[in-house]
Amino acid sequence: MHMFLTIFAGVPTTLLITVASLALGMLGGIPLVLGRRSRFRALRMVSRFLIETLRGIPPLVWLFLIFFGFGSSMTWMTALMASIFGLGLISCAYMAEIYRGGLSAISAGQWEAAEALGMNHRSVLSKVIGPQVFRVSIPAAATYGIGLLKDSSVAFTIGVTDILFRATAQSYQTRDALTPFLIAGLVYIIITIPSAWGSRWLDARLKNRVAR
Amino acid sequence: MSFFAAWDSWFPTLLNGLWVSVRVAGLSLLLGLPAGLLLALGSSTKRRPVRWLVIGLVELGRGMPALVMLQIVYFGLPSAGLTLSAFVSAAIAFALTTAAYTSEILRGGLQAVPAGEVEAAEALGMARRDTLRFIVIPQGVRIAIPPLMGFAILIFQVTSLAYTIALPELTSQAYSIGSSSFRYTSVFVLAALLYLAVTIPTSFLTERVENRLARHL
Repeated sequence: MHMFLTIFAGVPTTLLITVASLALGMLGGIPLVLGRRSRFRALRMVSRFLIETLRGIPPLVWLFLIFFGFGSSMTWMTALMASIFGLGLISCAYMAEIYRGGLSAISAGQWEAAEALGMNHRSVLSKVIGPQVFRVSIPAAATYGIGLLKDSSVAFTIGVTDILFRATAQSYQTRDALTPFLIAGLVYIIITIPSAWGSRWLDARLKNRVAR
Repeated sequence: MSFFAAWDSWFPTLLNGLWVSVRVAGLSLLLGLPAGLLLALGSSTKRRPVRWLVIGLVELGRGMPALVMLQIVYFGLPSAGLTLSAFVSAAIAFALTTAAYTSEILRGGLQAVPAGEVEAAEALGMARRDTLRFIVIPQGVRIAIPPLMGFAILIFQVTSLAYTIALPELTSQAYSIGSSSFRYTSVFVLAALLYLAVTIPTSFLTERVENRLARHL
């Protein structure tokens, strides 16, 4: 039981990394998706290139690059900050693709209707289309967030004291190489299952606030 | 210029690492995909106990981070009397993850096969097994190809986690060069470029396959 509680104490750190990097991604995904759908070919290509690069490099390599690479000249950077920043960068790309799917789910008639009312492009996007894209994107974003929660376990490699880090420490201390990791797996499952229920509930509530 | 200085001397080592990564990813997919198909069939069967057991297994496999799975297989199994090399451990751990994830992708594909086709096959007097084998599986798997390719890109990236069990794949090779030369930024940029050399073309290929398959549906 003591071992379980010790490992469970890593949950806040894991949640902090997940929530903070998802928030970064939700913000950073907006300019990326706007660039991806821009009228200008150059901008579209730059955004596409950025998205592919961010998604194409493993999270672990991003963390090492940021923490050991850039971090060596930025001494103020902690391992926790590096992992939030690294996973946040990757999330920007994934969220941009999720928003893109959401944008295409909003019918073209709404653009036309808003334009017919004399709204300019920017206010159609921010007042009519944008809010609905957020709602449509919630299920995919929640699925991504749950995946991110599990991906956040890579932070243990640079010394962030999350669930897996504590499990590893316990396995060194107790010389038991199996139980701590099984407990860690269990803890991840315990926290992902309510997250999945929560996202389904949120989705059901927001679904009827989208015009089809 | 010093940023690129040692790239030519690191390149062969990193390329060897990349080859290990590709092999681990390939073996995981080879073992994991058939298991994923079995799980997909199991989770859509009418027999309730089987279905629940399979869904439980899939949820366990998807709920557990691949990194935790790897630690269990590599560090945990020896205490249960089964010692595996780093390469085999990585392939097995990622194959388990692959099976759990692809079973959901394949289940989606199987469900996308129109129910009318199954009914038509039944009306023709085909056995359930034949319906599955000749009607549902070939079409369902085909629908699932683009998301499966997307997953293959992810599992290729996941192989970087095998750094934690000292498998000499791309990330561990880059890390060991970094720790002896203290030029982490430079070596990890090169490693990242090598990962991109695999992931970006595959991603473009996935898009093309997706567009092509969409024409026939």
